[in-house]
Amino acid sequence: MPAVSKGDGMRGLAVFISDIRNCKSKEAEIKRINKELANIRSKFKGDKALDGYSKKKYVCKLLFIFLLGHDIDFGHMEAVNLLSSNKYTEKQIGYLFISVLVNSNSELIRLINNAIKNDLSSRNPTFMCLALHCIANVGSREMAEAFAGEIPRILVAGDTMDSVKQSAALCLLRLYKTSPDLVLMGEWTSRVVHLLNDQHMGVVTAAISLITCLSQKNPDEFKTCVSLAVSRLSRIVSSASTDLQDYTYYFVPAPWLSCKLLRLLQCYPPPEDGAVKGRLVECLETILNKAQEPPKSKKVQHSNAKNAILFEAISLIIHYDSEPNLLVRACNQLGQFLQHRETNLRYLALESMCTLASSEFSHEAVKTHIETVINALKTERDVSVRQRAADLLYAMCDRSNAKQIVAEMLSYLETADYSIREEMVLKVAILAEKYAVDYSWYVDTILNLIRIAGDYVSEEVWYRVIQIVINRDDVQGYAAKTVFEALQAPACHENMVKVGGYILGEFGNLIAGDPRSSPLVQFNLLHSKFHLCSVPTRALLLSAYIKFINLFPETKSTIQEVLRSDSQIRNSDVELQQRAVEYLKLSSIASTDVLATVLEEMPPFPERESSILAKLKKKKGPGAVSVNELEEGKREGGELNGGGERGGDSSAISTPSPSADLLGLRAGPPVTAAAPSAGSLLVDVFSEAGVNDDVPFLAVPACLSASHTLLSLALRFVCKNNGVLFENQLLQIGIKSEYRQNLGRMYLFYGNKTSVQFVTFTTTLNVQAKPVEPLIEGGAQVQQVINIECLTDFSDAPLLNIKFRYGGALQNLTLKLPVTINKFFQPTEMASHDFFQRWKQLSLPQQEAQKIFKANHAMDTEVLKAKLLGLGMALLENVDPNPENFVCAGVIQTKAQQVGSLLRLEPNAQAQMYRLTVRSSKDTVSKRLCELLAEQF
Amino acid sequence: MIGGLFIYNHKGEVLISRVYRDDIGRNAVDAFRVNVIHARQQVRSPVTNFARTSFFHVKRSNIWLAAVTKQNVNAAMVFEFLYKMCDVMTAYFSKISEENIKNNFVLIYELLDEILDFGYPQNSETGALKTFITQQGIKSQTKEEQSQITSQVTGQIGWRREGIKYRRNELFLDVLESVNLLMSPQGQVLSAHVSGRVVMKSYLSGMPECKFGMNDKIVIDKQGKGGTTDDSGKSGKQSIAIDDCTFHQCVRLSKFDSERSISFIPPDGEYELMRYRTTKDIILPFRVIPLVREVGRTKLEVKVVIKSNFKPSLLAQKIEVRIPTPLNTSGVQVICMKGKAKYKASENAIVWKIKRMAGMKESQISAEIELLPTNDKKKWARPPISMNFEVPFAPSGLKVRYLKVFEPKLNYSDHDVIKWVRYIGRSGIYETRC
Repeated sequence: MPAVSKGDGMRGLAVFISDIRNCKSKEAEIKRINKELANIRSKFKGDKALDGYSKKKYVCKLLFIFLLGHDIDFGHMEAVNLLSSNKYTEKQIGYLFISVLVNSNSELIRLINNAIKNDLSSRNPTFMCLALHCIANVGSREMAEAFAGEIPRILVAGDTMDSVKQSAALCLLRLYKTSPDLVLMGEWTSRVVHLLNDQHMGVVTAAISLITCLSQKNPDEFKTCVSLAVSRLSRIVSSASTDLQDYTYYFVPAPWLSCKLLRLLQCYPPPEDGAVKGRLVECLETILNKAQEPPKSKKVQHSNAKNAILFEAISLIIHYDSEPNLLVRACNQLGQFLQHRETNLRYLALESMCTLASSEFSHEAVKTHIETVINALKTERDVSVRQRAADLLYAMCDRSNAKQIVAEMLSYLETADYSIREEMVLKVAILAEKYAVDYSWYVDTILNLIRIAGDYVSEEVWYRVIQIVINRDDVQGYAAKTVFEALQAPACHENMVKVGGYILGEFGNLIAGDPRSSPLVQFNLLHSKFHLCSVPTRALLLSAYIKFINLFPETKSTIQEVLRSDSQIRNSDVELQQRAVEYLKLSSIASTDVLATVLEEMPPFPERESSILAKLKKKKGPGAVSVNELEEGKREGGELNGGGERGGDSSAISTPSPSADLLGLRAGPPVTAAAPSAGSLLVDVFSEAGVNDDVPFLAVPACLSASHTLLSLALRFVCKNNGVLFENQLLQIGIKSEYRQNLGRMYLFYGNKTSVQFVTFTTTLNVQAKPVEPLIEGGAQVQQVINIECLTDFSDAPLLNIKFRYGGALQNLTLKLPVTINKFFQPTEMASHDFFQRWKQLSLPQQEAQKIFKANHAMDTEVLKAKLLGLGMALLENVDPNPENFVCAGVIQTKAQQVGSLLRLEPNAQAQMYRLTVRSSKDTVSKRLCELLAEQF
Repeated sequence: MIGGLFIYNHKGEVLISRVYRDDIGRNAVDAFRVNVIHARQQVRSPVTNFARTSFFHVKRSNIWLAAVTKQNVNAAMVFEFLYKMCDVMTAYFSKISEENIKNNFVLIYELLDEILDFGYPQNSETGALKTFITQQGIKSQTKEEQSQITSQVTGQIGWRREGIKYRRNELFLDVLESVNLLMSPQGQVLSAHVSGRVVMKSYLSGMPECKFGMNDKIVIDKQGKGGTTDDSGKSGKQSIAIDDCTFHQCVRLSKFDSERSISFIPPDGEYELMRYRTTKDIILPFRVIPLVREVGRTKLEVKVVIKSNFKPSLLAQKIEVRIPTPLNTSGVQVICMKGKAKYKASENAIVWKIKRMAGMKESQISAEIELLPTNDKKKWARPPISMNFEVPFAPSGLKVRYLKVFEPKLNYSDHDVIKWVRYIGRSGIYETRC
């Protein structure tokens, strides 16, 4: 701003401001302002025209009053008049007032735009700059509409002054950010890019901000900027610190420009042109070399500028991720910073290293700094730096150093800040699982984790331990022993009790041989914790007790005593009371065989994504390693600890989800029964029927004698496995089924709804049958288990014929069993390109079945998802380019062969129609699936 | 109970800080300053709550008094105490100002020690306080005097000491009323009420028993029943209906409840005997008739007539009419018949002042207001015209019927006491919409 000449001092304004400053109270200030406003109003109203000076003075006062927080509703006109003045100060005040106070008032905007237009077309660079600044400050849509065409012209015109060019570039950037649709570069693109070659460094700096922003939207149009930027960068980097004069900052040549150039390059992949690439690599090497040179100044500004360029260069190197040499050098450079005095530098170094650790080239190099990082974790004063150190440790962990890192993190956990503990716990849990070679180590680690930071251990973590222990036979004994020992501590965290209860309930027998951990000792140990636990834990412990009865019959009386006590059987909590009552009854009524079946050891859990990993993804840490990378690690881990037998476990078993009842006891006592097969179905035959007397009576029905014909209720069960298959006034048939690979097991529950017994009750499958209990007592329920094996694909479901006498009348029922081909699906996860590759492979016309049909139900995405999942295939997210569409993949397991199937469902919400396309390696399967599914939606 | 008491100046600097209870920490002082005195938006509620601490404040000119507590206290009690505190301070050093507070530092702390004990309000009667908290240097009191003070302060009649003697037994009675009004432009009364005080200044010897009588409707009606029907009809016109009233602690409330007679042993010196409020049959001393005409967008013509509505023999004083002007006023011309009128830009109003005005007269002002056209489409809200005045009668119609003094022990009777009665009616918020 030019020095204020004597006449421009605006004494009135100074007096007014000092008056306001001297006011004793708010009221006095308001009075003074009211007086001044009245004065200005009378001046503006006055008939004789004001000269420029007083106009400027009063507009200034108004502006000051506005900035104090009072409303101003006049004076805009005077400010606009100032714009047409020829004096710099008057014009400046006018623009200032307008950029602060203008609202989208239509008539004024027109006048203002006019004044701006005049200034833009004037030859005076100061006026042009003022106008451009005003446009940028207001930045409204109207302004953008009026000037978006003009400014690029000014920017690239040959005769424009450098200072105007700078303003124009920044003004254009601002307009582009507010209304990108109006700023169309088109023809100007190449000329704007060539501004990178401008003589004036200021212009280049301003232009590069604009280009960076524009190229993020249309990278292709601005591709040419890469080579220009590289040459510009190399010129700066190789110049001596004195060459650039004004643009040298504490001996560093043009640090801001360098950073911006490096950032622009990060928008693009590595240059393909060898020469350009060579030059760039040379630049980066020079930057890395310069970092090694002794500092030219001791001032902090010097090192800041130098390091800014260095870090920007390192992020470019990481972005390219193709130069092993540079990556390793960057890593070494960062390693030096790890021990730097400056906390900020250490922080930045740790953060950059985190990203470096994910690159295959530099992973090893990062690992060499493990000691330093561990040291940082222990001794660093700043919590955010410690957090970064923990992130880095997590990122650099692999099989070779897992044990060390996990141990360090565990020991750090004891002193860690509360804010990061939960994240740390998750990380430890994941690393321990991912890199576990030896499962006893894993169990030890997690139990330690619960011991140290029990409060921060989320449900997912201990679910995961249990899943792993159950799925791995070899650690079960060890786990039981360790848990038993851990529980002996006087104060245990509740999570520990949960794990202990579960594991001892399942595998307590494995350590029962030792007199120190005899069944009764185990039970007493668990029960000593019982009263300190919350209700869900107590519920779990009750289930563990009933399992104890099964495992150790000698504890039966003790446990029954506990269950019978008032504090259990009359507990105010319904859940606990119900468990106590049911378990007590179960233990006293059921025979040992039945007990053994009911309380059988839990089947292995299906392999699924670790719930902990999902949780960590939800907790997005600022420096956390990217999700992709985690998943890669996970896959590796899966191979590692999955082992050979794991494959056999993974199928569509309907295991109770761990968050519900882990022991799965509440699903109703299963009883096995005979079952035949149909067509290609072979059904194994064994076992007997059991009767449950506890079901309460229902109302007596009217007598029915008609024999029911074939019912196609089975269709309802395509997408679900459990439910009521059939119901009339006499009889209710419930169904519960489980499928695993090509095997299935179906529980049929025949419930007598009347009070009269059914006699000569027989069920016949149309292939082969084995009689159930011929008698169903009134109100009682009989169960039958059918084992199913799928030999080859099929389309007709087996028929079930039921005959019984009810009060002398013969009842006859024929039902379709809800066994469909899709039940033998095994879900297959695959990535997008895999999917489409396979889709193309199955392109023979007979392999595809397509159907277009109207929607029967509302088109709810969540419902559709649930149905598709119920189908048994894997629902693949983010595969289809259209997010509305669903794609699924799965393999049908039959004894004879495996039939891979792909499915694509395209809903059309407007027409309420679906297009369903199924492709599979076998034509009959495609057709059948298509038919089945068409009726589901 | 009150946990602490702070006094701040207008800048929020702490002048007095007295903490009575441990639950009030040091940060409470700052909390009030930050959240109330320096609040971005003006805090309008007198009770504020921060961090489970309640602040009750009153403002006297530029001085903030704030009582702090963490407990669930009776807010009315706290405010009563704060007002009492203000009264006590005024009695000791007249105006409450920053200057005076700084000069009477020690005195204020001494007073605070006396009138609040562990947060419980104690004797706040100025007369009694003045016997043992003095502004002069320490005057060594004899044992006798000390025990006398103790017995008096802790005795049944804490507000008056024994053995007062005056050569002339004299008492002054002031009936001070403020009349509040909101009137529509058409002259319809939207709301009106009078809040009044009876202030007494007594210079009486011994322990006199006083009885105060006024034209309270209930008392008059009761007496009317006993007397002739003719009499009651006559006095019924003059009696007034009091909506609610409060008394000084010296008044025997049990007697008031049973007989509605106001009897008491008065404190020595000046005190407020009672406070009351009436809403019926108010005599409105002035009537304001506004006439506002908008001539185009740039001009406004205002004409206001005031009429005095009381006996021609009485004179109203300090009459001031305040006519608000629009926010975009750029010039004002005023013509008035009586008094002086001026446009005050700092207050956005025309202020018209008349020194004296007799009853049953009227006066007029007319003004032309020039406006600056603004781009703001907001219409002017037309705030009401307000008025200030002082009249020598009670607008509620209250009359003092008698004040009898009995002093059986000393040899002066009711006739020997010289009594003065004065009525002053002032304007409260006296507004007329235009």
